[in-house]
Amino acid sequence: MDSNNAPTDVAISLRVNGTLRKLDVPPNVVLLDALRERIGLTGTKKGCDHGQCGACTVLINGQAVNSCLALAVVHDGDDITTVEGLARDGELSPLQQAFLDHDAYQCGYCTPGQLTSATELLNNDSVGSSDADVAEAMSGNICRCGAYKNIRAAIQQARGNPGLNQS
Amino acid sequence: MRTFDYKRADDAHSAVNAHSGQAAAYLAGGTTLIDLVKLDVMQPERLVDINRLAYDAIETTAEGGLRIGAMVRNTALADDDRVRRDYTVLSEALLQGASRQLRNRATTAGNVMQRVRCSYFRDGVSPCNKRVPGSGCSAIEGHNREVFAVLGTSDHCIAAHPSDMCVAMAAIGATVHVTGPSGDRTVDFLDFHKLPGDTPHIEHELGEDELITQVSLDAPIDGSGSTYIKLRDRSSYQFALASCAAVVALDGDRITAARLALGGVGTKPWRAADAEAALVGQPATREAFKQAAATAMQGATPYKHNAFKIPLARKAIVRALTDAAARARGDTT
Ligand SMILES: Cc1cc2nc3c(=O)[nH]c(=O)nc-3n(C[C@H](O)[C@H](O)[C@H](O)COP(=O)(O)OP(=O)(O)OC[C@H]3O[C@@H](n4cnc5c(N)ncnc54)[C@H](O)[C@@H]3O)c2cc1C
Ligand code: SF4
Ligand code: FES
Ligand code: FES
Repeated sequence: MDSNNAPTDVAISLRVNGTLRKLDVPPNVVLLDALRERIGLTGTKKGCDHGQCGACTVLINGQAVNSCLALAVVHDGDDITTVEGLARDGELSPLQQAFLDHDAYQCGYCTPGQLTSATELLNNDSVGSSDADVAEAMSGNICRCGAYKNIRAAIQQARGNPGLNQS
Repeated sequence: MRTFDYKRADDAHSAVNAHSGQAAAYLAGGTTLIDLVKLDVMQPERLVDINRLAYDAIETTAEGGLRIGAMVRNTALADDDRVRRDYTVLSEALLQGASRQLRNRATTAGNVMQRVRCSYFRDGVSPCNKRVPGSGCSAIEGHNREVFAVLGTSDHCIAAHPSDMCVAMAAIGATVHVTGPSGDRTVDFLDFHKLPGDTPHIEHELGEDELITQVSLDAPIDGSGSTYIKLRDRSSYQFALASCAAVVALDGDRITAARLALGGVGTKPWRAADAEAALVGQPATREAFKQAAATAMQGATPYKHNAFKIPLARKAIVRALTDAAARARGDTT
């Protein structure tokens, strides 16, 4: 392709945390960068940029997705929830409150991804209720600080499961 | 990331047309493609978005199998009640692949078409016959532990096929449905992926501009039990060092049918037909399973860092056959 004949921008609309956003984006912009740099929602984090860490997880039509590997143009018309959309009217979601209660983070860099990813589990019966089931379902979210035990406990609280081996 | 032109297709016909005459790539879940475009390992000038194609159903076939649309996501396939009941091995293989987020986007066809995880292929600069034909293979004398094969390798490439789903499909028996500029055709799943030989850049049977539309599974074997065992460096979100898909049917304690396929150790999803043949008619004992494991790994070629995969794969085979036989007997595990 002729490099000074760059592909034209594509007009898309995304419903982000309930608000309709109209954008013109080049086809090679990933959803992660569209959210952070064009819409200004910087809660969603970039870790590896290659699907290997989960820091960039957002919900697309209710499903957890790595936004670093998703082109924004593909999601024209989709419903996106980022970490900024979890609280309602200034009230933390029960999951966010559980993260506070259980001290489920250290540096907090992975937390937006952990929270969005775990939000998908709250009403998901295909994931069992044991700690091991939760750990497996959350394995796409790496925490370099190793706060896994508290993250698991927080998710178990929000899912209404006591958990088997929490302290 | 490099720039490319983007076309959203509404049906297979418009997808094939948009792909024709271009350095194009079909874009499904993007979990392999966008990763490799970012790394500049794949360099498409146009992406043809097939996410709106109507190949998103799992249908029962007249032969008693299932026909899976190319766009069915890995999560949906793994959670389908018919798959969990009749093709347990497939559901288990899918759920042990990648992460939940990735499976939510990854599609059936994209999984079949995923590229190798060899770090020399992915770095974009090392000599690699797959990326740059004729440039040499950095892995043969280099670091060749995790994602390198011991079966089906050649002097030109030793990268393992990374898919878990495909190993289950190889064991079950499947057919890939394809459409393209010269119409529709089908390819037997076992013929779809190619051995590297001296052309490791040719990875599959798809012709130019051809699009996978569906994958159909053979009917399940009556009364069989099945399972997928995956061994890896960490217990989740990691590619297989060695894995085994096993399907076993019994009459009393005698094996009436067996299907065996291996992952992590082969340059393509590896069906172990000789070992299957040797199992039929045998009693379902540990001795018979160990013999089958030895047969399956007989022709393996170890490389500097991956010789351990040969005994590891044998263990995966014995374990998978044991568990599949237990399920065939109706033991709940
Ligand atoms: C961090 C990470 C970990 C992973 N771990 C595992 C694992 O443990 N086990 C495992 O099995 N996999 C694993 N994967 C790979 C994952 O399963 C694949 O990336 C995924 O299945 C690809 O599907 P997709 O729909 O996203 O394909 P895409 O990325 O959209 O496409 C992949 C390729 O297929 C082509 N293609 C797509 N659809 C069609 C079609 N209908 N017809 C013709 N060509 C088509 C594309 O052009 C492209 O070349 C992992 C991936 C990542 C990023
Ligand atoms: S093993 Fe295959 S993919 Fe890896 S460097 Fe060698 S030729 Fe390339
Ligand atoms: S930034 Fe997307 S998975 Fe790491
Ligand atoms: S809290 Fe620091 S990475 Fe998870």
